[in-house]
Amino acid sequence: MIDSISNVAYVAASVLFIMSLGGLSNQETAKKGNVYGIAGMLIAFVATIVRSDVTGYGILASVILPGAIVGAILAARVAMTEMPELVAMLHSFVGLAAVLVGVANYLSPQSLTGAEATIHEVEIFIGVFIGAVTFTGSIVAFGKLRGLIGSKPLTLPARHVLNSGMLLACGWLGQQFLGGDVLSGLQALVIMSAIAGVLGLHLVLGIGGADMPVVISMLNSYSGWAAAAAGFMLSNDLLIITGALVGSSGAILSYIMCKAMNRSFISVILGGFGAGGSTATKAVIGEATSISVDGTIEMLDNANSVIIVPGYGMAVAQAQHPISDITKRLRDRGVNVRFGIHPVAGRLPGHMNVLLAEANVPYDIVLEMDEINEDFPETDVVLVIGANDTVNPSALEPGSAIAGMPVLEVWKAKHVIVLKRSMASGYAGVENPLFYNENTHMLFGDAKKNADAVLSQLGVLELAK
Amino acid sequence: MTIALEKQPHSEHPSIDSLNPCKKIGIPKEIVTNECRVAATPDTAKILQKYGFEVLVESGAGDAANFSNAAFEAAGCQIIADTQTLWATSDLILKVRPPAWHTGLNQHETALLRENGTLISFIWAAQNAELVQQLATRKATVLAMDAVPRISRAQKLDALSSMANIAGYRAVIEAAEHFGRFFTGQITAAGKVPPAKVMIIGAGVAGLAAIGTARGLGAIVRAFDTRPVVKEQVQSMGAEFLELQFEEDGSGEGGYAKTMSPEFIKAEMDLFADQAKEVDIIITTALIPGKQAPTLITREMVESMRSGSVIVDMAAEQGGNCEVTKPGEIYKYHGVTIIGLTDLPSRMASQSSQLYGKNLCHLLDDMGRNENYRVDLNDEVIRGALVVHQGEVMPPPPRTAAPPAPKPVAVDPVAMPQARPKTPQWIWAVLIGAVLVGIGAIAPASFLAHFTVFVLACFIGWQVIWNVKPALHTPLMSVTNAISGIIIIGGMLQISGAPTSATTILGAIAIFVGTINIAGGFLVTQRMLKMFQK
Repeated sequence: MIDSISNVAYVAASVLFIMSLGGLSNQETAKKGNVYGIAGMLIAFVATIVRSDVTGYGILASVILPGAIVGAILAARVAMTEMPELVAMLHSFVGLAAVLVGVANYLSPQSLTGAEATIHEVEIFIGVFIGAVTFTGSIVAFGKLRGLIGSKPLTLPARHVLNSGMLLACGWLGQQFLGGDVLSGLQALVIMSAIAGVLGLHLVLGIGGADMPVVISMLNSYSGWAAAAAGFMLSNDLLIITGALVGSSGAILSYIMCKAMNRSFISVILGGFGAGGSTATKAVIGEATSISVDGTIEMLDNANSVIIVPGYGMAVAQAQHPISDITKRLRDRGVNVRFGIHPVAGRLPGHMNVLLAEANVPYDIVLEMDEINEDFPETDVVLVIGANDTVNPSALEPGSAIAGMPVLEVWKAKHVIVLKRSMASGYAGVENPLFYNENTHMLFGDAKKNADAVLSQLGVLELAK
Repeated sequence: MTIALEKQPHSEHPSIDSLNPCKKIGIPKEIVTNECRVAATPDTAKILQKYGFEVLVESGAGDAANFSNAAFEAAGCQIIADTQTLWATSDLILKVRPPAWHTGLNQHETALLRENGTLISFIWAAQNAELVQQLATRKATVLAMDAVPRISRAQKLDALSSMANIAGYRAVIEAAEHFGRFFTGQITAAGKVPPAKVMIIGAGVAGLAAIGTARGLGAIVRAFDTRPVVKEQVQSMGAEFLELQFEEDGSGEGGYAKTMSPEFIKAEMDLFADQAKEVDIIITTALIPGKQAPTLITREMVESMRSGSVIVDMAAEQGGNCEVTKPGEIYKYHGVTIIGLTDLPSRMASQSSQLYGKNLCHLLDDMGRNENYRVDLNDEVIRGALVVHQGEVMPPPPRTAAPPAPKPVAVDPVAMPQARPKTPQWIWAVLIGAVLVGIGAIAPASFLAHFTVFVLACFIGWQVIWNVKPALHTPLMSVTNAISGIIIIGGMLQISGAPTSATTILGAIAIFVGTINIAGGFLVTQRMLKMFQK
């Protein structure tokens, strides 16, 4: 009977998880959503403990407590700029757990026969495969985000052949696995895990830094599918439901990110951006005009409406705090300051929003690209901070490497000030004609230092008034 | 930082003037009756001087636009009383209207232009072929402001747009003057006033300006255009875009509309007939370049309008969009005021002179200002505007530019690397169906139950996630991270065997890492969400 109650509790947990994701649809309900998630998890946990087939309480306690403590420490310590790394690391854990659960499940005695046994083995195999790819892929993603591994895509000469070869090998091992007894089966499973691990490694190594939002979303999706596969092999509906929710969430995020870069999912996964197809990189004619901090202040001082467009550069320079203070100063004076966020700005979907929230920027002035793009023509000053490809007008010209990618149309504003370290082109390697526009002014140097300087001068100016 | 400096020598080096003597720009008084505009204002004259030119202004040239001789003098211009002297001494003549017969001097203005001189003004070469020939005999160089190509780069010197903008604004003001009611709806102690309904036909520059002005006064505005691409622009101005249930794109070259098929016109006329009964004010701006303006508002439609309504026909000069328009006149027909004024920009002479003067400044800036002044035949903009070059009549250049309003991304299929053939939707449906049938055929019942749950959960996930705001994508990822830690349940189900068995150990490790996920994911989400505040 207790098992039936446990199953009903699983239904409740599933509903709570769905409500949790639903709660995230806007900022007001998001906190409640998180609480639903926690409640669902607790219910699922308790419902599993009370099951008749779960008795190893000592072991359970001895791993749950340290796990929870490590998790809590990580969560409390992580800086918001490091969120992408944390997310990547957590993905790798799910992948690892999926591999371990799969292998453990294979080793535990089973009483299935015929088609059911075969299906069960297929489920194990697939679960372990996805888990292994997720595990190593996430570790590489983590390394790239941390800067431990260079963010340039690794492009081995025959990388597509290599990938397909590894896939084929996994398929062949799968056949061995299904036919064999426990020992030879285990052998096949472990070798396959190793190959899948290398595959995950190689896949993510081949993808460049700015495609990270897609990679992270994709790994998020994989971690969900790995959990769902585990659910299939354990005949556990809660795992299946949760895995499917997470999997489709990651898939949607990947889709949104790809759309925002006007690239197909396949081309991102196959990596090596810029290698194929598009070649036309137009030389840009003209001169860039540089501007001083004083000039920037003068422009801001005369502006009635300002839009700030941050990119990954802002996160790197940690400039969000001075930017937030500048925003506050300007808003106190009645200037209409808003933020325009490109969907793939940063290294994680929604990364910029979190950074700005951390710096106490009210979320109702942080707008999406589609919400703000029409307002540029009526804007006096646009501050572009550490963004490049997402504000590149050549995206509107056919033939450019980033043609068709939706971009923030900052050049339509009266003045554009670009905070940038140098004239170097962005991730896509496409020259940015924006920098040579007549109404564009370049404020060279470290974004944080310049923002600090602007902020302090702005304060002086106020005192003088 | 040195890159910035290269621009400097362009503007301030008076010493170079000796190499390239200071050119004189002459601003004559406009002679066409009721023309109040002038080709320069004290403000733009200053800019021209900054570019290195000397500016001569005919006495009284700016009077009608409220710019006195004194104001020009204060701006550093030289006032010339005699018309002939002005024309004879100027290297460049800037004008608004095409040269015409000067009744005071009993002489055509072309004859006043000195040999080899340069004239920049509106010309309308297609309609004024004879005038162009006369200018050619003077060995003149003539740039027509009406022929500036309508490409992005030339927008700052697009005088047609500047004038259209002003005309659109003025059209609404004229309508307001003859309309006996408020534009905006009001609820007063004396009763409720309904808002005026305005229909604007043609959403070009003039139409959009009219929409903005009418909206600003509080009217309900509807707009119609044959080019579907302007729908967004119309809506962004706060007007309703009237649509026909009809597939035809009226976008022609240079951003203008083209002539439509008879079926389309029929549907369009039905729409106008319906609207005419309902709206209070109609403003028409429909022009097709080089052709008679299309008749869009018939006599019957005017008769069906409420008494006191107003029609402003901005196409009056080209014959009018309304059947009963009298060009240049305001009169009442069947209780409806028909405004056929053809001098709308001139009625706002200060404003239009200023903008037109600025357009001219931009043109001269592009031509190299004083010291580098040249007529560059390779420059698309200059070549487009050039009607006569050193006495030689220039044929109109082939038009290459696509409409400027929609970005020409979709126009060139060859250059679009992303345009790959799409798999039709039905193939996916068939594939999914086949997979489902396959699974149903071989899978045992126990698997199917789980499979059902899986598919439904994917579906729910798909529905729910699309509602998540992009701003919350990072918290979404950390929450999904946390709940994918649910995989610990898989571990928990496996640790109940012998404590030293491989299954138990692997399960225990899985629980450990899964728990890190759960705790870390939820807590970091909580931390992040706390930061989001209004």
